[in-house]
Amino acid sequence: MRTFLEQQKYLIDYTLAALRRRKTRNLGLLLVYTLLVFLFSSVLLLSQGLRREAALLLQDAPEVIVQKLIAGRHDLLPADWLEPLRRIRGVSRVEGRLWGYYYDPAVKANYTLMVAPERELAAGAILIGATLARVRQLGIGDYLSLRTVTGQPLPLKVAGVLDSASELLSADLLLLSETSYRQLFNLPPEVYTDAVLTVRNPREARTVAGKIALALPDSRPILREEILRTYDAVFHWREGLVFITLGSLLLAFMILAWDKAAGLNAEEQREIGILKAIGWETGDILRMKLWEGLLLSLTAFLAGYALAYWQVFYGGARLFAPVLKGWAVLYPEFRLTPAMDFSQVLALLAVTVLPYLAATLIPGWRAAISDPDAVMRG
Amino acid sequence: MTRPPLRPSRIALPTLIILLLLFGLTLADAGSRTVDHAADRALVRELGLSDLALFTEARYTRHPTQADRHTPFQDHPAALEHFPTGSLLTPPPR
Repeated sequence: MRTFLEQQKYLIDYTLAALRRRKTRNLGLLLVYTLLVFLFSSVLLLSQGLRREAALLLQDAPEVIVQKLIAGRHDLLPADWLEPLRRIRGVSRVEGRLWGYYYDPAVKANYTLMVAPERELAAGAILIGATLARVRQLGIGDYLSLRTVTGQPLPLKVAGVLDSASELLSADLLLLSETSYRQLFNLPPEVYTDAVLTVRNPREARTVAGKIALALPDSRPILREEILRTYDAVFHWREGLVFITLGSLLLAFMILAWDKAAGLNAEEQREIGILKAIGWETGDILRMKLWEGLLLSLTAFLAGYALAYWQVFYGGARLFAPVLKGWAVLYPEFRLTPAMDFSQVLALLAVTVLPYLAATLIPGWRAAISDPDAVMRG
Repeated sequence: MTRPPLRPSRIALPTLIILLLLFGLTLADAGSRTVDHAADRALVRELGLSDLALFTEARYTRHPTQADRHTPFQDHPAALEHFPTGSLLTPPPR
């Protein structure tokens, strides 16, 4: 065993010395390799983290949301829809919700305005999300003036700022009273944005949705399971799209690595020929080549992956913020709970490490089984 | 007496072991770190929230689960998408 280990150490010494002879080229390759693994791992981890966060946070989303549709578009829901909804068997509670959007030209941001009956806010009092507070530089006691649909200013006093730990949910939220909401949008009292239903047995939600669609044909029931599925699909889609973009990078790298590893130049072939001539066996040469491939690809994989993990879960995924942010002004500061799908990590390992190992081993093996004399003469 | 030169394997192998340990640490961290979501979930329950406030640039990216199929193309049925997020975001799967 000791002899075996010592032999491997000598092989590593030799391999590293050989790699050092082409220092710039190999260091460049290691850097590009690490960067590639870092990019792929970052996308994978971010997408997994967001998917898990969405699934965790939205598991308490409303069981059924009912919207009214007109010509395929969302319309205000009449208050007299609430009673027929309550009468549907299996529905235990129905509440009309009031929420909407407000574009603030001062900071060019969209706010999500929502009436929060449980907070019992006085008319003119608001609670705002931490991101909104930061962007508008507002604190408790400050005033935020919004323009009503009639063009009149509506001064609203900040009564509190929502916990910054929940920014991923509340970044752009502005909670207000029903009176202020209706005044701002000049809404009559008999309409709501949509309705939220609680179902006695959550397993019956789909049946309830079917009954709603029958009773109110111009309605659109949205189930909690659909909400969760949407987020799963959204992040899978994003991950796939970024992977396609990165795919060209991977191909370029593969060509570079193949060219570097597979195209043994005359000097490297002569080196293998000399090793054979002085008594190295084909197995030794293969082990040396295996170490060459392993040292480079494993170092790049482990370093790239560890960096990506730190960047996504401890660095706030800032590298991807511009992509996720788009043109949005309000972007939450959040820290994802680490999530890792081991099978995907293994797949990433296979995609990044195995091709390089093959590209190092196969040409080395070809040169090693040739006649040393012929190899040395080129 | 001069010291023998440092063998390259003495640097490479410990580096590789450190990197393997770091990888192991990421696995252990992902398995053990839990974040208390009780307050967030209470907010979701209280307000009936249906979406993450991650993409606030357009209403159908802010609330992808509530948007109808027409919202990304509201100017014209074959109009190109305005928003960068929209080009990465799939239309509602309904």
